[in-house]
Amino acid sequence: MTIDVPTTGRALPQLQPISFIGPDGRPTDTPTEGLTIPSDRTLTGLYRQMVLVRRFEAQVTHLTRQGRLATYPSAAGQEACEVGATTALSPNDWLFPTYRDSAALLTRGVPVSEILAAFRGDWHCGFDPQEYHTSPAATPLATQTLHAAGFAMASKLKGRHAATLTFLGDGASSEGDTHEAFNFASVWQTPTVFVIQNNQYAISTPLREQSNATMLADRAAGYGMPGIRVDGNDVAAVFAAVSAALERGREGDGPTLIECLTYRMESHTNSDDPTKYRDAEEVEHWKQFDPIDRLETFLRDRGVLDDDRVAEIAAEAETLAASVREAMNTEAEVDPTELFAFVYGTERTSLSEQRAQLEAELAGAEA
Amino acid sequence: MSVDSTTDTAPADTPEPATAATATAATADTATDTDTATTATTAAPASVTMTKALNQALRDALAEDENVVVYGEDVGRLGGVFRVTEGLRKEFGPERVWDSPLAESGIAGTAVGMAMAGMRPVIEMQFDAYAYPAFEQIVSHIAKMRNRTKGRVTLPITIRIPYAGDIGGVEHHSDSSEAYWTSTPGLTVVTPSNPADAYSLLRESIASDDPVIFMEPKSRYWMKDTLSLPVTTAPMNRAEVVREGSDVTLLAYGPTVRTALSAAEAGAEHGLSIEVIDLRSLSPFDDETVSASVRRTGRAAVIHEAAQFGGYGAEVAARVTERNFTYLAAPILRVTGFDVPYPSPKLEEYYLPTAERVLDALESWDWEL
Repeated sequence: MTIDVPTTGRALPQLQPISFIGPDGRPTDTPTEGLTIPSDRTLTGLYRQMVLVRRFEAQVTHLTRQGRLATYPSAAGQEACEVGATTALSPNDWLFPTYRDSAALLTRGVPVSEILAAFRGDWHCGFDPQEYHTSPAATPLATQTLHAAGFAMASKLKGRHAATLTFLGDGASSEGDTHEAFNFASVWQTPTVFVIQNNQYAISTPLREQSNATMLADRAAGYGMPGIRVDGNDVAAVFAAVSAALERGREGDGPTLIECLTYRMESHTNSDDPTKYRDAEEVEHWKQFDPIDRLETFLRDRGVLDDDRVAEIAAEAETLAASVREAMNTEAEVDPTELFAFVYGTERTSLSEQRAQLEAELAGAEA
Repeated sequence: MSVDSTTDTAPADTPEPATAATATAATADTATDTDTATTATTAAPASVTMTKALNQALRDALAEDENVVVYGEDVGRLGGVFRVTEGLRKEFGPERVWDSPLAESGIAGTAVGMAMAGMRPVIEMQFDAYAYPAFEQIVSHIAKMRNRTKGRVTLPITIRIPYAGDIGGVEHHSDSSEAYWTSTPGLTVVTPSNPADAYSLLRESIASDDPVIFMEPKSRYWMKDTLSLPVTTAPMNRAEVVREGSDVTLLAYGPTVRTALSAAEAGAEHGLSIEVIDLRSLSPFDDETVSASVRRTGRAAVIHEAAQFGGYGAEVAARVTERNFTYLAAPILRVTGFDVPYPSPKLEEYYLPTAERVLDALESWDWEL
């Protein structure tokens, strides 16, 4: 019996994360595996969007602390991942986000009030997925990775030139669905980009207790797909890597796994107490890797960003924050009988009976 | 119904074929109809197995709608371990019918994405107990997508699950998992008991814009009826009176319809007029058909293979009692599997609800009331 020994086709990602712009805002000399830095114009747009989403996160977190929202998982500190990856999408591509990706929804053009509908308690998904080519945010971890793979499979079967992008965290990388999605996408060669936002913690559990792999991007090799690791706080690197991976997928070359190294500056949600599992020094340490500060320095040095433009963007962010406060001040009307409206295509007799029961209760309460 | 459902005369407790089916279910070979001609018009009446009827339903759905795709474990080249998908890959190509990696959550989860993109996936869970890894995708996503998006995203997914026992199967090959699905809002759950319904219900399930759990009674795969395909039987949400009677109503579905008919046959010899209803649709429940029958007979028993406690029969008994209490002469009985894990082949005859056990249960009532 002879065994075929493969001679090609397996490669581990480079150990050093790909980055174009260092924490100090200076260009790096890191090998970038053929990726090229985005244009000044693109980078300026990414800067603006990161400033906007950071202000959004801060405002929503503040309102949550005031008790105005039931809960809120902030992606503060992860703006480069959220904005860089989402901006790389074409309009025909689809995004499959998680509950921590409000910044990505905002970047995708979903209105503030529709993003907040879920956290305000109005309805589980407040926006029209078809309109924004964005799936409802998944709360059960990693489940959306399979949806992204399946959607991309349909896209491939139908000959559409469209890819899918899904976010997951370092914690979700331990879920079985993540494994299955990597495998299905690679076996089927679907145009899917998996972006792991490795923010070092799954609620309180640190990465070292989540995985014994040298790095999460290494997993890609086991599924026969390319894996790369980027500095997740360098939006230039995230944008370049995701853009190339999406294009690779659209061209029929299958999925890509991208691990973005980043850090969750806020607690998991407002109901979490991060002092129990990480110290202030660590949070302070990560501040020097801030994604927005470094890009601002870089763009100022390039002469494409000045005080006026920075102030203009800051003012825009304040307007956005005001619209967030306004959205929270507007009490959304909820219709109790809508409970029954969207369970089945045709309302069942038994649901009609229960609807009548509720309507009678409501009428009784009014009388 | 254009079917002679009395052609099946096998005794209720004898699996056909009587050999043990394992994960490879080689026994399915013996009964699979190899005629794979596409039926555009109604064929002449012929003897058709449930497997063949299901196969033809898939073939006709694939031919009719290019968005229909069929995938799952071993459904392509092999044609499924029960040969339900036999010949389909060859006929429609690997882009319509294909073998997926062996991961049930992956199969169900990718179906969500595919349906979002406009496809109508028909996926197979190879055996009932192997659907459990897909539980989260089915319950948290497939069942809820229409609701959480206010009807903006619908998932026309059909999940085929071979279920129940009486085939001499090894461990984990004989579960009746229906209650897990029927207790989940957003899912439609149907199960055929005969070849004609197998065809008609599967076509209607695939055409539905809502997700459907399509439960195929394994012990009935080889049941034959004389019928012409395509066939349209009662609508998907309706139960059907398959034998009329005046003394008691037996509520059965899937594999236990045969059990109920055998009990009715035997009961008749003792002067007991037994009506048998094939529920067909487990969710929604056809209150109208069932209540009309129970109000006439005043007595009812529900029969299923699954364990009793918290089972589907509990819902049926409660529901029918609530709606028909004043018409009832006796409490509604449940004749079911025992509250134990599904047993190994040599013990399953003691576990399964038999016609005899049904008749014994009916005797427990005070008939003087």
